[in-house]
Amino acid sequence: MSFNKNTVVFRELKQRKGRLFSGLLAITLGIAVIVAIQSITEASRQVIAGKLDLLGANIQILPQGASVDDYYSADIDAPTFPGEYVDRITASMLPGIDNLSPKLTRKVKVGENAVVLTGILPRNELAAKPVWQTSELMGAGPALTCAPSKGKESTLTEEDRKAERKAVEALGESEAWAGSLVAQKMAIRQGSTLDIQGMSFTVTHVLPETGTVDDNRVFAHLRSVQKLLGVGNQVSNIEIMGCCNEISEGLLGKLRNILPDTRIMTIGHIVNTQIETNRLMSRVTVVLLFLIVLVGSISIGNYVWANVEERRKEIGTLIAIGWDRKGIYRLFLQKSILLGVAGGLLGYLLGTVAAIILGPYLAGLAIEPVFSYLLWSLFIAVLIAFLGSCYPVYRAARLDPAVIMQEI
Amino acid sequence: MYDIRNLSKVYNHRKEPVFALRDVTWKVEPGSFTAITGPSGSGKTTLLLSLGGLIQPSSGKLHYGDLDLYRLPANRLAEFRNRSIGFVLQTFNLVPYLSALENVMLPMIAPGRKGSNPADRATSLLGDLGLSDRMDFLPRELSVGQQQRVAIARALANDPDVILADEPTGNLDPALSDEILNILEKLNAEQGKTIVMVTHSPRAAGRAGTALKLAEGRIEA
Repeated sequence: MSFNKNTVVFRELKQRKGRLFSGLLAITLGIAVIVAIQSITEASRQVIAGKLDLLGANIQILPQGASVDDYYSADIDAPTFPGEYVDRITASMLPGIDNLSPKLTRKVKVGENAVVLTGILPRNELAAKPVWQTSELMGAGPALTCAPSKGKESTLTEEDRKAERKAVEALGESEAWAGSLVAQKMAIRQGSTLDIQGMSFTVTHVLPETGTVDDNRVFAHLRSVQKLLGVGNQVSNIEIMGCCNEISEGLLGKLRNILPDTRIMTIGHIVNTQIETNRLMSRVTVVLLFLIVLVGSISIGNYVWANVEERRKEIGTLIAIGWDRKGIYRLFLQKSILLGVAGGLLGYLLGTVAAIILGPYLAGLAIEPVFSYLLWSLFIAVLIAFLGSCYPVYRAARLDPAVIMQEI
Repeated sequence: MYDIRNLSKVYNHRKEPVFALRDVTWKVEPGSFTAITGPSGSGKTTLLLSLGGLIQPSSGKLHYGDLDLYRLPANRLAEFRNRSIGFVLQTFNLVPYLSALENVMLPMIAPGRKGSNPADRATSLLGDLGLSDRMDFLPRELSVGQQQRVAIARALANDPDVILADEPTGNLDPALSDEILNILEKLNAEQGKTIVMVTHSPRAAGRAGTALKLAEGRIEA
């Protein structure tokens, strides 16, 4: 192997293994703690995101002054807003919006029975209702949007899926779906005809029981219902499937900016809990990160300082034989950065292994390695090593060789 | 080679000025072998390190050929030390975790230096100094005489014109001292190296061609 400046760095590291170990330990443990916490938090975030996805829509946009009760009661005079708001949201390209489902809901008479008629865009509504997706309506399981899909892979081909979806996605102008309870009450079956305020609808599907208000509703195409009720392009509400991460990062505020004259709500309890958890973990991570950078830098600084003191004679000699300050900076900084890279790598490995082992006990979660954390670990560890060694290295390069030589 | 005029170096000790050198005017001829003698604290080492570009004088001029040494920027001064000067010190100052061969190669891998085959040159130098069989030894595995010979080989690595030796025999017994002085004499006589040596030893001073005596920072007549 040829002898060069790198050889000097490696030889010196090898020479003082004990001190190297203590310097490395500070960075490694610090990075390991951060990686372990972040890995568990990330897994938890994904699990909750998946659960929220299964719940379907989690943001409601209602007209200003309307309440959720108005939506559920579907009163005749319940306020509406323009359907163009859907286009406004779409055009905004806000991240974290997976599906938009506008609706127009009114109580109508079908024969002697009062039913709630809801106009929907069938494709959007299906995406927003995982319960419908799991029914015989679709045949396949729900598609998670925020969280990565796990578990069994479907054996259906894309063509099969398209064929299955076609029937329900193509809700014609004169077609309707009936909720399970309303179908039971009014003896509606597939193929039945419903006469609603002078318009005739053929029931193409009886929906499965969901345990929600949907069981008491009749669904028709939004355009048909708007025409039937003579309200133009007005809608009663827009349901949105929003990713919980984006919700916690201010999606609602951004929506309010786009639609200032509406009322925007989330499925409060669940989302708020997740938001609070995410915020808490983010704060804990930031505080820990700060402490680790501080403690790590002090520890590395201490190590490099001791190393400079120990090598005063060597530094003086190198300057005497013609090494300049740049060479001395490089000698020490290269060593610190090597220490940072090693600490970052070991910290990532240790933190990931700790998370995989402890995750199931501490959080009841199966943890998978997050490979992007490796880059972060290396970056933070090198930053710690660099910050910690800056002053001692500066001091080393400023040592007066004449003073050192006369100390001997 | 060196032209020194009215060179003074003043340190502040508890706000009191302490003169290490006072108005030193001296010329060092190329190919000369000079011993600087004088009692402790007389300014010998300060003068030697000033010649090596390591101590910025408080006043006066110090020229090396056409170079006004202390007007050079730091990187040029480092380059001057690397190419023109070889230091031999009392305590050898070998890097403890590098082998004898690697210690000799250190000046040849200094930043900005693009020498070819440093290993060949270092091997040849150590061979000339009788250390062919000790090249892979660490300094602690060598005797003091061998360590000083490695230090001399290191000083010669870049084939400098000047060897500045600070008490090169200070840690050696008389036999080893003679051995080192023989090497310095040979370098002076055969290779024309200019040698300036600080010493307390009258015996060592006697081996030099000329002597300069310092007392309280001044040259004594």
